Amino acid sequence: MKVSEVARILNAKILCCEHRLHEEVTSAFGADMMSDVLAFMNEHTLLLTGLVNPHVIRTAEMLELRAIVFVRGKEVPEEILERAKEQEIVLLATDKTLYTSCGLLYATGLPECRRK
Amino acid sequence: MFVQTFPITRGDFDTAGEASSKIKNMLKKLGISPRIVREVAITAYEMELNLVIHSLGGELKLEVRPKSIELTAKDNGPGIEDIKLALKEGYSTASESVRNMGFGAGMGLPNVVRHCHNFHIESELNKGTLIIAGYSLDEKED
Ligand SMILES: Nc1ncnc2c1ncn2[C@@H]1O[C@H](COP(=O)(O)OP(=O)(O)OP(=O)(O)O)[C@@H](O)[C@H]1O
Ligand SMILES: [Mg+2]
Repeated sequence: MKVSEVARILNAKILCCEHRLHEEVTSAFGADMMSDVLAFMNEHTLLLTGLVNPHVIRTAEMLELRAIVFVRGKEVPEEILERAKEQEIVLLATDKTLYTSCGLLYATGLPECRRK
Repeated sequence: MFVQTFPITRGDFDTAGEASSKIKNMLKKLGISPRIVREVAITAYEMELNLVIHSLGGELKLEVRPKSIELTAKDNGPGIEDIKLALKEGYSTASESVRNMGFGAGMGLPNVVRHCHNFHIESELNKGTLIIAGYSLDEKED
C-alpha cells in the first residue's frame, strides 16, 4: 500500500516529506514501546504509535522505516519534524486511536509485520 | 582494519542513538551490504541504549575487518546478576521513567542475539559487562 493511501484511509495530516508519499509499505505494526518496535519491525513496515518523542525517529532511522503515523491527535513538536526530514521519513498525524487506525488499515488487507 | 570507539554516558537520553547513527553511516560509506548495515545498526542501538539505561557508563566499539564486523559494548558496572534471565524476552529492570520513553520491555538482548552471527556476553557484579556481537561478511548476500 502506498503511504498516500494510508493517509487517505486514516484521514491523516501529512506533517513532512510529502515527496515520499509514493513509497510502499507492505505491513504495519502498532506500539508505544520502541523496544517492541525494534524487535518486530522491518524496513517496509508502517509504524503506528501514540508515543511522541525523538527516540521514535531514532528508532525509525535504525530500522529504515519509510513512514510513521502518530495517533490520538498528538501534537508533534518541531524538533521531531526536523529529525524526520533529515531521515526522509514521512510523518502522518491522525485524530483516530491506535485501535481504530490499525483496524481500518487491517480491513483493507494490509497485514501485520512478521518477525524475522 | 577500521576501528572506532564511542564513549557512552549513563542516563544521557538526549544523545542516545548518536553513536549508532554514526556507526550506521560509517558502514554505509565503507560499502558494506545494506542488509548487514541494518542488522549492525539495530544491534548497536540496542547495545547503546543498554549502556545509557543500565550501566554506569562505558563504550561502544566498532571494528571492521575485510571479512568481519565486530561490535563491542563494555561498561564499568553494575554487572548483570543472572545472565540467563537477562537474555529472556520480557525480563527488564528498567524504571518507570525509562518505560515512559518507550524502552524497557526486556526485548533488547534477545534482539541482539537474533540480529548478529556470533554473540558473546560476560558479566561480573560490581565490575561490569562485556558484550560482543560479530558478523561475518563472506556469507551469501541478497
Ligand atoms: N550493560 C548492562 N549493565 C547492567 N545490566 C544490564 C546491562 N544490559 C542489560 N542489563 C540487564 O538485562 C536486562 C535485559 O536487558 P534488555 O536489553 O533485554 O531489556 P531492557 O533494556 O530492560 O528493555 P528493552 O531492551 O526492551 O528496552 C535489563 O533490564 C538489565 O537488568
Ligand atoms: Mg535494552
